[in-house]
Amino acid sequence: MSGIFAINGGACVAMVGKDCVAIACDLRLGLQALTVSNNFPKIFQYGDVFLGLTGLATDVSTVSDLFRYKVNMYRLREERDIAPRTFANLVSSTLYEKRFGPYFVGPVVAGLEPKTGEPFICGFDSIGCIDFAKDFIVSGTATDQLFGMCESLWEPNLGPEDLFETISQALLNAVDRDALSGWGAHIYIIEKDKVTKRLLKGRQD
Amino acid sequence: MPGFDFSNYNRNAALCARGMSLPKATSTGTTIVGCIFDGGVVIAADTRATSGPIVADKNCEKLHYISPNIWCAGAGTAADTEFTTALISSQLELHSLSTGRKPRVVTCMTMLKQHLFRYQGHIGAYLVVAGVDPTGTHLFTVHAHGSTDKLPYVTMGSGSLAAMSVFESSWKSNLTQEEAIDLCSKAILAGIFNDLGSGSNVDVAIITPEKTTLKRNHITPNQRVPKLGNYVFRRGTTAVLNEKVIRKEELGNFVSIHEMTEEADKMEVDT
Repeated sequence: MSGIFAINGGACVAMVGKDCVAIACDLRLGLQALTVSNNFPKIFQYGDVFLGLTGLATDVSTVSDLFRYKVNMYRLREERDIAPRTFANLVSSTLYEKRFGPYFVGPVVAGLEPKTGEPFICGFDSIGCIDFAKDFIVSGTATDQLFGMCESLWEPNLGPEDLFETISQALLNAVDRDALSGWGAHIYIIEKDKVTKRLLKGRQD
Repeated sequence: MPGFDFSNYNRNAALCARGMSLPKATSTGTTIVGCIFDGGVVIAADTRATSGPIVADKNCEKLHYISPNIWCAGAGTAADTEFTTALISSQLELHSLSTGRKPRVVTCMTMLKQHLFRYQGHIGAYLVVAGVDPTGTHLFTVHAHGSTDKLPYVTMGSGSLAAMSVFESSWKSNLTQEEAIDLCSKAILAGIFNDLGSGSNVDVAIITPEKTTLKRNHITPNQRVPKLGNYVFRRGTTAVLNEKVIRKEELGNFVSIHEMTEEADKMEVDT
């Protein structure tokens, strides 16, 4: 329990499917071993773009509010929604600005490219280095477990229904082996014309 | 030049003082190399990014654009190599626009070293700078503390020793372009297979006075074997407590959208 990332706990994962993307998070908020809340979602929606934030809870709140402000300002200036790739670069430069006093967050971005409808996901470290992935992105205290689950369960061209089962099982089984994550989950399946948000039943221990 | 924001610094230092360890940034464990040949220069890199012992990215890009005729290979803290090269690239573009001349490799190297020296090594960017300009072909290394080297063949990163062993045993003067590409690729492969911080594929960039060729995934010696089975779950496997479908049309409940007619165009006074 020495890391700043491990104070509050939490996990987030995003996956690419066929003409769809999925992003999921757990719902725990803890203070070391004490669970304070089982309803602390870590996924935030900005227009058509979704941002998952794990790490220090105070920074999760601060950073999510900061990006709400920045995306609203972008929308007023540009008179359009921000594209996922543009948003990823905004996240990157915002985090790197604080290179020597970072926010302790592990962001994950998911969305569909507005023109082509192509799936887009990416992840970041706490100082804004972007990890563009064609398969999946993981973040949080269950990172190691999620890497193992995703590396085995994920496969290309999963449709929205199959992608939901895959990302759900990957997250649920990963957080069951992490004491600091779990307590239910939120799953977003993002398709061209609709977004499906599901609340999952998870272990409450 | 806009600087960094230190507003969280004191808070983070206080957390550190209470025994909290700082998170580890993504590092490009990395093998990067460069080699001059007759009529140009080649740089090459592996494509693994690590976060401690975890492979964070299996196919990342470590060859960074500076200008059409100058490219940079980066090792060290991934965010630092990315942003330092982007910053210098931007400054060099403005510099060449205001002088009306093509950017020079020495200019790029000097800007990089002065920037990195100012931050006393805290910006963890270890770079191989290569390019062709009106003064000739150049190859440099720049360390995070600001020191630079000018050599005919260079290696950097955690796999630099493995890569250098290839150069020291096989390098000769007056290489052809193909020989140089081959030598650099072999050096990267030595890093990929002998250094744990390096892995996956070989990226190569060839810079000549005429053009720059970027060969992304020039060699892919670590292709994953296709899975014979799959773990696709039967639909309905996961227990769902609540489901909500958000459709874009639902915006209509809150906002009314009217198609613009020609009538509306007449309202424009300045057309």
